[in-house]
Amino acid sequence: MTPFARLSPENRPIAIAAIFVVVIVLFGTVYTLSTQGTAPMLSPGYLLQQLQIGSFLGICAAGMMVVILLGHIDLSVPWTLTAAAMMATTVGGPWAIPTGLAVGLLVGLLNGFGVAYLRIPSMIFTLGVDSVLRGLMVAHTGGFAPQTTASPLMRFLAADRIAGIPVAIFVWAGVSLVIAGILTRTGLGKAIYATGAKEGAAYLSGIRTRGVIVAAFVISALCASTAGVLLAGYSAKAYQGMGNAFLLPAIAAVVLGGTHILGGRGRYAGTLVGVILIVFLNSVLSIMQMPEAFRQIIYGVVIVGMLLVYGREGGSRT
Amino acid sequence: MRDLILRNRAFAGALAMFLVLFLGYHALHPRGFSTAVFIQNANESVAIAFVAMAQTIPVLMGGLDLSVGAVMTLANCIASHLVTGSPVQMVLGMIVTLACGTAFGLMNGLIVVYGRIQPIIATLATGAIAIGLALIIRPSPGGEIDGDLNWAVTNAVFDFAETYGLADDGNAAWLQPFVNIPVPLIILLVIGFGVWIPFKRTVTGRTVYAIGSAESAAFMSGLPVRRAKIAAFTLAGFFASCGGLYLAIQTSSGNADVSQAGAYTLNSIAAVVLGGSSLLGGIGGAIGSLVGAGILRVISFYFRILSIDPLLQPLIEGLVLLVAVSLGALRTLRVKNRLELFR
Repeated sequence: MTPFARLSPENRPIAIAAIFVVVIVLFGTVYTLSTQGTAPMLSPGYLLQQLQIGSFLGICAAGMMVVILLGHIDLSVPWTLTAAAMMATTVGGPWAIPTGLAVGLLVGLLNGFGVAYLRIPSMIFTLGVDSVLRGLMVAHTGGFAPQTTASPLMRFLAADRIAGIPVAIFVWAGVSLVIAGILTRTGLGKAIYATGAKEGAAYLSGIRTRGVIVAAFVISALCASTAGVLLAGYSAKAYQGMGNAFLLPAIAAVVLGGTHILGGRGRYAGTLVGVILIVFLNSVLSIMQMPEAFRQIIYGVVIVGMLLVYGREGGSRT
Repeated sequence: MRDLILRNRAFAGALAMFLVLFLGYHALHPRGFSTAVFIQNANESVAIAFVAMAQTIPVLMGGLDLSVGAVMTLANCIASHLVTGSPVQMVLGMIVTLACGTAFGLMNGLIVVYGRIQPIIATLATGAIAIGLALIIRPSPGGEIDGDLNWAVTNAVFDFAETYGLADDGNAAWLQPFVNIPVPLIILLVIGFGVWIPFKRTVTGRTVYAIGSAESAAFMSGLPVRRAKIAAFTLAGFFASCGGLYLAIQTSSGNADVSQAGAYTLNSIAAVVLGGSSLLGGIGGAIGSLVGAGILRVISFYFRILSIDPLLQPLIEGLVLLVAVSLGALRTLRVKNRLELFR
């Protein structure tokens, strides 16, 4: 790995992942050229459409990254997303989006309280919150797809285009700017990295680590609920299990982007590249009409393979 | 005795909770304390109990295996093809099934140790691979399992003996004290105690605990850290495939259900925590997880006899899980030095 050896541990995965994105696009283009004689993957319209679909995953991954930087994980993303979408469509009208985000805020505060103050491992607490949310939504909707529809503003944000570019991509860009800004330019960002690296040391340095953890979970839940509101706007309604397809890809995107799963290390640009990688990988596989079984296998092999290429982790027995 | 309980406070608590829930269930059940109900309970608990035991070993090491549900599903699909035909073929089929699951666990261990990838993310990826393989082996639910075998291992000891003509068709005098014990319970306890307790007493097993407490200290003390890690994931694969094999025999079919695999993985984590093991590693054991899985199952049994609105069931299950894990938070009230809260 000579050309990458000079890059720092944060940047090397990002460079490798970016190269892999190019490889995926080239491979897809060669495939379509040889089978159909066209190159849809290189057309701007197709790329924009893929990014529009990818923006929901991108927003989830942005929030997930903040939590993973702390060395925690948020398994409540699927039903936070669904609950926000369902409550937003239930309320409807101008209050639809604030309601969705309020759901996210509440869930984030609850998660943060359990992890930071009760000291329950995030893995199990957010899992419990996820099933409680699922229970609440099943009780709320009666177990069926709710008949409510998305408000016009939600539809505009998710499905419309400004100057040919989907609005959802602007929303994703906005969320990205906010998260990247928080991580690099604010005290909270520094505190997140410090807490993720060594909570005890951060605490002794005067960082209120419990507040930092609560803030991170609130950010994650707000991102998940934003994605839920958008996804409800995109499909014009909310439905059971709409968030299930986002949890594992979001974690995978964050990790493929070079964020360390135990916290303390990672750049937002990496998460962005990781999301694009997963979105394009999915689209190439669907162009090739790959059966679900092989998609799962390729998915797993890519994650393991990429992480092996990133270089073996040094500090396994520090 | 008092010393023993104090040392295993979490396990004793889990066992007490299970017994209270279980006895309460049978007291409320119209046909409670009968063999039929007991057998049914045991049958429905075996798969999750095996998967929970599988999850325990990586957790004791401070890791996590997100592929246990997927490996169980893979074993389930393999078994649905192989466990049929003559007795020799069936036994071979079972061995192949267990060997495949164990080999998958070994692969997990090798990736974690030599690839130096964090267990949680490595098993997330290999779990996807296992589900993919399961889908190739069995694209749609189905399969065939020997009917006698299904009957024999999902009922009481008497039916087992009668099916295979053992001990005078189950009427032998020495067998009478045992005739009403469910076979699934015996399988679970024999494999659980027979594999876990000897493993725990080996150097490798002790090292798994040591890694969970302090990995660098374990390494400095010259313990076989790599071997223990590989063994832990291999054993997890073995237990998960036991669950898959039993599920195949019980349902007479294989089903590569992605969401079912995910649910088993997540429930296994919950069962491990309920059984008194610490997710930070070093504390707990597979027998505790057996009890934890029992608690999870009994809670869902209650919905059958109490007339609770089915729409509220997921909510109550979630709340019970949340409250049960929050009980573990009581230790934070005992901590005198706040620094001990941070790992």
